[in-house]
Amino acid sequence: MTQNTLLDVKGLKTYFYLEGKKVAKAVDGVDFTVNPGETVALVGESGSGKSITSLSIMKLVGKPGKIEEGQILFNGKDLVSLSDKQMTTVRGREIGMIFQEPMTALNPVFTIGNQIKETLIRHKKISKQEAERKAIELLKLVGFPRAEETMKEYPHQLSGGMRQRAMIAIAISCDPKLLIADEPTTALDVTIQAQILDLMDEMKKKFNMAVLLITHDLGVVAEYAEKVMVMYGGQIVEQTTVENLFLNPKHPYTSGLLESLPSLDKDVERLGAIKGMVPAAHEFPSGCRFSDRCPHVMDKCRVANPELVTVEPGHNVRCYLYE
Amino acid sequence: MIQYLIRRILVFIPMLFALTVIVFALMQAAPGDPFSQKMDPNIDRAVYEKQREALGLNDPIHEQYLRWVGNAIKGDFGDSLIYKGRTVADLIAERFSNTINLGIMTLLITIIVSIPIGIYSARHPYTPLDYGATTFGFLGLATPNFFFGLLAIYVLSIQLGWLPSHGTVSKPGIEGFELFIDKIRHLILPSLTLGLAGTASYMRYMRSEVLDVLGSDYIRTARAKGMTENTVLYKHTLRNALIPIITLLGFEVGILLGGAVITEGVFQFPGLGTLFITSIGNRDYPVIMAINLMLGFFVLLGNLLADIFYSIVDPRIRYD
Repeated sequence: MTQNTLLDVKGLKTYFYLEGKKVAKAVDGVDFTVNPGETVALVGESGSGKSITSLSIMKLVGKPGKIEEGQILFNGKDLVSLSDKQMTTVRGREIGMIFQEPMTALNPVFTIGNQIKETLIRHKKISKQEAERKAIELLKLVGFPRAEETMKEYPHQLSGGMRQRAMIAIAISCDPKLLIADEPTTALDVTIQAQILDLMDEMKKKFNMAVLLITHDLGVVAEYAEKVMVMYGGQIVEQTTVENLFLNPKHPYTSGLLESLPSLDKDVERLGAIKGMVPAAHEFPSGCRFSDRCPHVMDKCRVANPELVTVEPGHNVRCYLYE
Repeated sequence: MIQYLIRRILVFIPMLFALTVIVFALMQAAPGDPFSQKMDPNIDRAVYEKQREALGLNDPIHEQYLRWVGNAIKGDFGDSLIYKGRTVADLIAERFSNTINLGIMTLLITIIVSIPIGIYSARHPYTPLDYGATTFGFLGLATPNFFFGLLAIYVLSIQLGWLPSHGTVSKPGIEGFELFIDKIRHLILPSLTLGLAGTASYMRYMRSEVLDVLGSDYIRTARAKGMTENTVLYKHTLRNALIPIITLLGFEVGILLGGAVITEGVFQFPGLGTLFITSIGNRDYPVIMAINLMLGFFVLLGNLLADIFYSIVDPRIRYD
């Protein structure tokens, strides 16, 4: 672990306590690091635990969920041990976050300007006039040509892509060192997706932010991320650089995901698909959590869950094929 | 906004017109006349017909209607057929201030009690206090007005002697601040009774609205921006949670101003409700029609108020 690691998540476990004493292990022992200025992608299907991982970092997991174990070291301080009140000075100021649904993520009864300014005033302790000026500047930065008018507009007056731009303006308003983007483009048109991702990338470079990009879109990963983690069943099953993931995928789940992508080079009748569904977090199979869907399943896969092992420097895989 | 208001008020006019037609038609359709059951059966038919003629009850229906509407526009609802020599407007005015006082007091109690409890319940769901509030909510909704009223009179007035049990003032001749306090004391029991069901249901509405809003995406965004819990609750949540409550309160204004027949009866409270019931018993047509018209008018007015408030708190509903 180098000195300048920005975010160091160690053994994070976030459990949900369901009715009837059932426990959903939504995040079950996740370790990863993010360095300053780096884009790290967290990939997985719906229900793999990637969103809960990101919400855990912000400590925004609501009841009945709870961070059960682990450390989230941000700039050396453990967020897990902070009180709710202390967290309010980390959120928005040191870590910004944008969400999947721009249509519902902004408060419908306040103007865009109000929602940007409130963040600035809260964290930067500046005057209203100064916040107004800074908010207009931010809106221009994220691509609102008529920023002064946009300040007075309400979220419902903007399109989905524009709202996501406004969300980005809010998230970066206090120069956070880390931006968590939880499927920022899933709800948007394909043409708008690229604009939003390019904007995030531009902001990242401009402000030297690190980005934790949560997505299920491998195309987005290839384009924007440097490191990538593949999550399945609340655990990381493969962790490596983006080049490695695409050229040399190890885990059968990763291979399955890649085979399900259309490609210009290959001429196939039918795209690959991983059979079955992600199991619910309280009914994982015993043994490897992917065993029920894995084409290479062996007897021992059904007995015990494999450990995450290093197969080559900087490339970790959780699979018995590589032990 | 101004345009919307003007348009909204213009819609008022045809609705009022429809209201007068309905009120008038209902009265015409009702059997009997002011002399039913009051008249000596042996009286001469000719005398009876002369009386009807004098009151204009034998004129063609459209003439009667036009006469009534024409006068009503001028604020003249005619004379009461029963209270000799008193105009309808006079009778209503005398009762109306009492009804307004009762309505305001009831609304205040409803809002002051239900909204904070609703918020508390939503912030601490499934705690003993929340369960207590829920129990109170169901009891309040299930208890009939007259029963709660009698219970309140028995316990708070007769047994404990804390509050007066009926009327609006205890003795003639008091004035100034003393009169004000006396009136308030007389209002407490009736407004508690009248507001019971409303308080219970607004509490439940508030709880579910706040719970709903607290789980929404924009509240998560507000938290992710580092807003303090107080800002999240009192700025981001409350404004959104109040939108549907305000609509309901608009209707409530209409209902409360129309008077509360049963509650007023229990407390012998001289409001519009008791006047209404007596007039129906007496077949005092001009009074019944005037009160009916007023009730309808207040419901329309309540709706208008709800729409105006609605468009103030929710920017998505500004039609311009």
